[in-house]
Amino acid sequence: MSETAPLLRMEGIVKTFPGVRALDGVSFEVERGEVHALVGENGAGKSTLMKILAGAERADAGTIAVDGRPVTIDGPRAAESLGIGMIYQEFNLVPELGVVENILLGHEPTARRIFLDRTAAEKSVTAALTELGIALPFDRPSRRLSVAQQQMTEISKALVRKARLIVMDEPTAALTEREVEALFTLIGKLKAQGVAFVYISHRLEEVPRVSDRITVLRDGRAVATQPTAAMTPDEMIRLMVGRALDTHFPELPRVPPEAPVMLRVAGLSALTGPNGIDFAVRAGEIVGLAGLVGAGRTEIVRAIAGADIPSAGEIDVAAKRLVVRGPHSAIEAGVVLMTEDRKGQGLVLGMTVRENVTLAHLDAYTRGFLVDRRAETEVTAREIAELSIRTPSPEQIARNLSGGTQQKVVLAKWLIGKANVFLFDEPTRGIDIGAKAEIYGLMLELLKRGAAIVMVSSELPEVLGMSHRVLVVRDFRIAAEFSRGEATPDKIIAVATGVAA
Amino acid sequence: MANESKREVKAAIERSAEEARAQARRVLAIRVGILVALLVAVVTVVNVFSSGAFLTPENLTNVLRQITYNAILAIGQTFVIITAGIDLSVGSLIELTGVVMAQFANAMPFDGFPLIVATLLVGLAVGCGAGLINALPVVRLNLPPFITTLAMMLMARGLAFKLSHGRPVGLNSSSFNNTGIGFLFEGPLRHVGLPGIPIAVLWMAVLVTVFAIVLVRTPFGRYVFAIGGNEEAARLAGINVRLVKTMVYVISGGCAAIASLLLMARFASGSPNTGIGTELQSIAAVVVGGTSLMGGRGSVLASFFGALLIGVLNNVMNLLSIESYTQDIVLGAVILIAVIFDQLRRRYLTS
Repeated sequence: MSETAPLLRMEGIVKTFPGVRALDGVSFEVERGEVHALVGENGAGKSTLMKILAGAERADAGTIAVDGRPVTIDGPRAAESLGIGMIYQEFNLVPELGVVENILLGHEPTARRIFLDRTAAEKSVTAALTELGIALPFDRPSRRLSVAQQQMTEISKALVRKARLIVMDEPTAALTEREVEALFTLIGKLKAQGVAFVYISHRLEEVPRVSDRITVLRDGRAVATQPTAAMTPDEMIRLMVGRALDTHFPELPRVPPEAPVMLRVAGLSALTGPNGIDFAVRAGEIVGLAGLVGAGRTEIVRAIAGADIPSAGEIDVAAKRLVVRGPHSAIEAGVVLMTEDRKGQGLVLGMTVRENVTLAHLDAYTRGFLVDRRAETEVTAREIAELSIRTPSPEQIARNLSGGTQQKVVLAKWLIGKANVFLFDEPTRGIDIGAKAEIYGLMLELLKRGAAIVMVSSELPEVLGMSHRVLVVRDFRIAAEFSRGEATPDKIIAVATGVAA
Repeated sequence: MANESKREVKAAIERSAEEARAQARRVLAIRVGILVALLVAVVTVVNVFSSGAFLTPENLTNVLRQITYNAILAIGQTFVIITAGIDLSVGSLIELTGVVMAQFANAMPFDGFPLIVATLLVGLAVGCGAGLINALPVVRLNLPPFITTLAMMLMARGLAFKLSHGRPVGLNSSSFNNTGIGFLFEGPLRHVGLPGIPIAVLWMAVLVTVFAIVLVRTPFGRYVFAIGGNEEAARLAGINVRLVKTMVYVISGGCAAIASLLLMARFASGSPNTGIGTELQSIAAVVVGGTSLMGGRGSVLASFFGALLIGVLNNVMNLLSIESYTQDIVLGAVILIAVIFDQLRRRYLTS
């Protein structure tokens, strides 16, 4: 209607799930050509708000206006026709289809209204990509594209559908530094053309770089909306958690020189890539594995934990030889892996918190032939209290929990056993600050008990702040080792990118 | 102090778990209550239309006897389907095990109870062995169970025909009579107008109870659900996924063998064409019972009720002299409606 009305105005949005008031009267605006960052802890309501905007959920109350005109968004189609494009953390590409097919999915040009017109399709996609300044290979299914390429495909897909507002959920979570730069350049270019963005991220250091305004959500309420220039990172964190939070990493206890070696890996290789890996971790020590995404860090810890079977090499746990025949042999030896992909590999989403927590140690909660549910409930209740897992009850279905809470359930699953070697793969990825601090605290607790920890992390501050030693992985080999004193971001990046050896 | 409060928190959490379970029990009670009420309503109406033929002790006993075979097959099928698999071979395994058991029983020099036990063991060996063959390509080579059990369905049926030359193998021994058509407590129950408890129904009751407990209360059952819900997470939790998946097909083959023994005893022969279509009947019972073909969810008891519902419908339509083609149409429609209804109920509960 009027030129002064914002592109999007959501007002008084309320959404209740069984037992949770996810959104409690949230108002949120986006101007044309603006990048509006949406930050908040896990469970603050960011995803729910955006799902309502995308038509994936219906609000219980509240209004949505686009260009000042009230609208009803009752499904993804409605959102699309209003010019709203969603790019979720888990992409929505058809893995077997190529770039062209994915971008045009549902909007394919046809010859004589019946046959797919491949030439016209490629021509229009090429034109669109040229305008964006993006190069994408057309010759392979999208499952074989890199994460950054898949993301570019998603953005192009939204733009081809004439999106004027693009919502990006944790867009940089799996990108390398250079890819992040490319993404920000593209966002800047599109902004100049009047495209608006809602930018959701846990990486608070990048929010000021990319956004114009910031809205902070806390416990289902919008607690502040301010121009980015007017909000310091410290203030942002204070608003998110509702209290001033120490963002520094905890003091790591020294590793006593006489501490025994808990994990020793020699010449470890696997068909998934790792090639002649040697390292050792002592009791009370955290060894960080740094490196670029795809350098092979995950494959190394998976081979140690028996998720993939090693093809060569030796693994000793507390000076005892471990022959890895599968995850069970590693677990029996006290080696556990917390995978990066919680939903895909960590949890059975349809099962309850209790069933997930005891899954790997069910024998310990079995009497005769039968599972002892009372004992299960007891240990689950203990872990819920210890880790402050935010669940209404041990009987809650894991699917209904927030990401950070799910991560804690995965942790609980491994903590109830007798493990003494913990392999953490991106333990804080996609997790809010409060939960991060809790997980760091837990790692220290494990060190005190004499555990050894290997931590894979793509966040340099985390690697630097939470490791006694840093191993840099490149091309499935350990390319360099730095002690806590020597390690600097520059040195690590130089080795990881192959600038230095 | 801190320990004190932690203990209180823990106690509160345990209470909340109690409450959640009580709530789940109430929901289940309501669900079963609705089912029973529906059943009673239908039965009353039908009873009026069939001029009292349905609600006789004889007929009710009959219904139970008729569903025995399908309910037993549905037990194994439930385990397989919860792991997101399917077993198409159970129908022809009834035939194969039936023919083998009949030929074995005829060749044995001894008789009586030992013969029944020996025959059953032979049948179980064949049925479970076939289940093992079903499972190996699934767990070793990741082949779809639809394919391996389809192949087994053809092979077992072919083998049954070859062994029997296409004719039913009549039983020489009469020891089996009781297993198939006998009754327990005939005397005392006559007084209250019941014909006694059919031994076949007792088999079913025991199997349903035992396997319902296995599924819900044992680690093995928990693993079955975990594998159906997220196989990779289950594997990384150290569960022997291959063994558990193999076991569900072995159980399914074993259930086919037991159903086959009861059928053989009832008809005094092992026949190579009694099982046609029964694999689909058992899948129907599982699905009507509300188990998802996507895996991760299901219940032996619910599958039993599914088999019961299908059995009651068949019986009622027979009593009303509805021709068999119409019966098929009605049955198909009921399966569809049951699944739609279950889906709607689920959606209502989650929103």
